[in-house]
Amino acid sequence: MDSSVIEIKNLGFSYNGHTILENVNLEIKNREFMAVIGPNGAGKTTLLKLMIGLFVPDRGKVRIFGEKPSKVAHRIGYVPQEIGINKKFPISVSDVVLMGRLKPGKSLAGYSAYDRKAAREALEQMEMHKYEKRRIGELSGGQRQRVFIARALAVQPDILFLDEPTASVDSKGQTGFYEILKKLNEKITIVVVSHDFMVLSSYIKSVACVSKNVYYHDAAELTEDMADMCSCSAEFISHGIVPHRVLRKHG
Amino acid sequence: MLEIFQFEFMQNAVFAGLLASITCGVIGTLVVVNRIVFISGGIAHAAYGGIGIAFYFKLPYMVGTLGFSLLVSIIMAVVTLKDRHHSDTVIGVLWAMGMAFGILLLDLSPGYNVDLMSYLFGSILAVPRSDLWYMLGLSLVIIFLTAFFYNDFLAMSYDEEFARIRGVHVTPLYFLLLAMIAVSVVMVIRVVGLILVIALLTIPPFIAEKYSNSIWKMMIFASILGSIFTITGLLISYWFDITSGASIIMVAGTGFFLSLISGKIMDAARRREA
Repeated sequence: MDSSVIEIKNLGFSYNGHTILENVNLEIKNREFMAVIGPNGAGKTTLLKLMIGLFVPDRGKVRIFGEKPSKVAHRIGYVPQEIGINKKFPISVSDVVLMGRLKPGKSLAGYSAYDRKAAREALEQMEMHKYEKRRIGELSGGQRQRVFIARALAVQPDILFLDEPTASVDSKGQTGFYEILKKLNEKITIVVVSHDFMVLSSYIKSVACVSKNVYYHDAAELTEDMADMCSCSAEFISHGIVPHRVLRKHG
Repeated sequence: MLEIFQFEFMQNAVFAGLLASITCGVIGTLVVVNRIVFISGGIAHAAYGGIGIAFYFKLPYMVGTLGFSLLVSIIMAVVTLKDRHHSDTVIGVLWAMGMAFGILLLDLSPGYNVDLMSYLFGSILAVPRSDLWYMLGLSLVIIFLTAFFYNDFLAMSYDEEFARIRGVHVTPLYFLLLAMIAVSVVMVIRVVGLILVIALLTIPPFIAEKYSNSIWKMMIFASILGSIFTITGLLISYWFDITSGASIIMVAGTGFFLSLISGKIMDAARRREA
């Protein structure tokens, strides 16, 4: 059960001549719930996209279940940042979720009955099935986010990657949202990129802090190194006494 | 009034208009939802180079324009592949160079003076029956390809990254899309001309987008709208003896503004109810 599902070794990545990530080593165990945090522009999203195979590393390697990410795409669920998606796109909720059932290779038949069943079950799991005929743009930010998770769940994944999933969800909706993830985490591994460590810290099991290098801690708190490196220390320390500790007690 | 349809040239014009409208409804929908109107404009105007080639080398119109437009669409796909929304400059340069190339070749073509106006504004009333068969064949190919790759086109258009992770071959699909745009453009130049091609490709889908909850419904709705605009414009141009391409686009443009205004009124009414 404790086998590692994601393994990153000596990973380096540059974009337009700028080094974004350097010498990253990371191992994520089965059914971990990991937060990826760090300052804006530090490479959180880049690290996530490297893990799922959207970017190819310049140096080093990424292995998921011991394979290249593209080889195990059928086991990966991905919830992207919403900003890149056209809200006015003419598409129904059920068609968005069906995208999770796309497979490489082609047949004229399109989606099978099983695909439709899997999509419907994912929608039911997120309690969004009553909206399935609605146009995606008519939903609220929080509802749309649930649809995107349903789409990722329709894949029937073993790992779920989420990139800033609560950006368009109000703070009340966020708590409910993380409760859902916590429940999903009973069965699958979850990696979530967020700039908001405070909300996350009572749900996660480990944290990785990205700032060119990656600092990993297998508990829901930051080490002093991480706090320094992530240059977000002030906020964490000032909030870090109750209700839960995010920074280790000073020796 | 229906006796005008007894003329063969009028029958041909109607068929050409319907074929162009259906193709534009299908491909225009993909253009609009992918937000690549400017790239399509570039392909359309660069197609003028193909008209030049057809005259200079005395090739049939379809062969010259189709070949050159497909070539331009491949170049466009290569230069816009990485970032399809921020390649305006290079699209603009290709747009202008394609046109200039066509004009130069026409200058160099010996002998007769070419009627440039018919390519700029279309010559739907002069479409020969043989061209209709080409157009029918091309339309069927485009509709078949769109249906075959429907789910992949939908995924690419809505969320390209997600499509990639799910194993959709986004890059070849993007080349295919631009090639299909090139083919449609060549067909539609016949009907409304080079300058107006983009209007017929985008106005019906723009109107249809608001009332559709899937892109296949948007394609059907846009095809019907395009057909209404084209036939209405054609009749008006016949009665008043005016340029058909311009007349078709004026009808489409009027339809566009009517839908904008009715949309605003509907929104306001809904707000008052709420």
